[in-house]
Amino acid sequence: MWKFIVRRLIITMPQIVLLSLFVFIMASFMPGDALTGQIGPDVDQDRLQELREQMGLNNPWYIQYRDWILGVFQGDFGTSFRYNMPASEIIQQRMINTIWLSLVSLIFIYALGIPMGLISGRYNDKLIDQVITSYTYLGFATPIFIFGLIALWVGGFQLGWFPTGGSVAPGLEPGSLEYILSKIHHLLLPGLAIALIGLVGTVQYLRSEIIDTKQKDFIITARAKGAPEQRVYNRHIFRNSVLPIAAFFGYEITSLISGTVFIEQIFSYPGMGNLFLESINIRDYTVVTALVLLFGLAAIIGALLSDIILSIVDPRIRIK
Amino acid sequence: MEDKKTAADVEQSVDPKKVEKSPSGFKTIWKEIMKDKLAFISLIFLVLTTLSVFIISFVLDQEQIVMVDPFSLYESPSSEWWLGTDYGGRDVFGQLIIGTRNSLAIGILVTLLSGFVGIVFGVVSGYFGGQVDNVMMRIVDFFMVLPNLMVIIVFVSIVPTYSVWTFSLVMASFLWMGIARLIRSRALQEKELDYAQASRTLGTSHAKIIFTQVLPNVTSLIVVTMTLNLAANIGIESGLSFLGFGFPESTPSLGTLLSYARNPQTLEFRWWIWVPPAVLILLLMLAVRNVGEALKRAADARQRRA
Repeated sequence: MWKFIVRRLIITMPQIVLLSLFVFIMASFMPGDALTGQIGPDVDQDRLQELREQMGLNNPWYIQYRDWILGVFQGDFGTSFRYNMPASEIIQQRMINTIWLSLVSLIFIYALGIPMGLISGRYNDKLIDQVITSYTYLGFATPIFIFGLIALWVGGFQLGWFPTGGSVAPGLEPGSLEYILSKIHHLLLPGLAIALIGLVGTVQYLRSEIIDTKQKDFIITARAKGAPEQRVYNRHIFRNSVLPIAAFFGYEITSLISGTVFIEQIFSYPGMGNLFLESINIRDYTVVTALVLLFGLAAIIGALLSDIILSIVDPRIRIK
Repeated sequence: MEDKKTAADVEQSVDPKKVEKSPSGFKTIWKEIMKDKLAFISLIFLVLTTLSVFIISFVLDQEQIVMVDPFSLYESPSSEWWLGTDYGGRDVFGQLIIGTRNSLAIGILVTLLSGFVGIVFGVVSGYFGGQVDNVMMRIVDFFMVLPNLMVIIVFVSIVPTYSVWTFSLVMASFLWMGIARLIRSRALQEKELDYAQASRTLGTSHAKIIFTQVLPNVTSLIVVTMTLNLAANIGIESGLSFLGFGFPESTPSLGTLLSYARNPQTLEFRWWIWVPPAVLILLLMLAVRNVGEALKRAADARQRRA
């Protein structure tokens, strides 16, 4: 197992290097540089050149790349063009919100998806399974932003059960019980919206896995010994089918990220996805670059974690 | 001795005239679609929508529809404006027609572009195999792990000349990996088959084998994948337009209309602006998928229902 993990880690390194190169090249296409926003219009050209020299903007690209990467390792993503403060500080505030949102979505995905998949697989071709299968069929084709709009319209405006924007009600003291409750209240609807679309893959996988496992020899043996039906499902089938699901969250990160971009926009939730769109619109490219790098890293590390967990759960994968 | 004789007998008894010709590809597809009512309805819906949208948009004057009219802001649906007007006093119904046309057109264009890249990449990677395949697949892996939605948004916002073509090119350059993987795994199997090996032994060039022999044999997979991709691409395009990184408002797509719902007032009180495009996007994506699934079954004899 350690051999597999080490090998998987070694593959990850060039991926991260390639990602950083890609982001660096992308950043160099963007208009403006580290001096944009720092200087007034009346600075003379000589002084500008001097400043550029000082900041290393005239260096060859590989030196600039090295400086940039060294900065990133120390958490220095450069200075925001617009707010004239470190990009990392702007991102930090938003990052916590997005992590909460993703966490709530993941909890909903598993809390709803696993029972749905189990029921659908256990009673396959019965009415309840047909209902769930029709739902996954529709959910698979529904783009997240349409579903988000409908969720906001129904849950936020028509029923009025949930707040329609923001991450916390104004005027509450941070740390107080009301503050935390309000935060949770603001998280529920966007989290549900992401989860109800995101759980489709889990349900479909679990359903086919259970239908497969049902016909295996060891299940027939279990039944032949006289194990009660409930026990057959809980102890034998469920255990075999559900473990890989536990590892999928890492692969889900990529779709979670694009989900949060849409959902945060629709619910005006102050997270990283919302910040990304804002920064693009006001051409704050330092922040944009940092965000793309962070999201890319999250996807790479997510896939790495999933592979490692899968290799622990399912030894067959390691043989490759 | 005995065996040989029977084999020869069998061969003789097969009269070429009596052998029933296996049904052509189109016949199989047609049968499969007729058998699956949902796919049949979807196909009719798609054909009708496409035809009507393209014909009506010939009659409609796009310039006039996207022109701001300050005297008729946010009108409710009436006989003059079938689906009311938006915040610029523009007719929603007209925008819906033009938007559907634009969404379909861009969806098809992106599918073709990304399909072309993916197919060439996949078939070359799979055909040569070995080290070439290894390197090419790592490239695919790298592109898969990128946060594609955001990268597309960044490139869309920094391309110097923004047009339908650059937009489609940007989208296609980050959406070709799925089809490349599928085609590659089929090409890996295909090149081991006797016909490809024989052709190679006879001295046919690699290029000729790839494009005139292997590629025609994976056509069914290509058609199925591209159809399913079309559904996805319509969704991605409208998503980008929804966020404001697709077409400008002067060339509306379904996503542009939907993006008016980002205004809470519109979302809450003016359903006629955002519900029709939302329903249309859903129906289009579902219909294309249904047809795609029917094609998939037609392409694989084991799954056929007909």
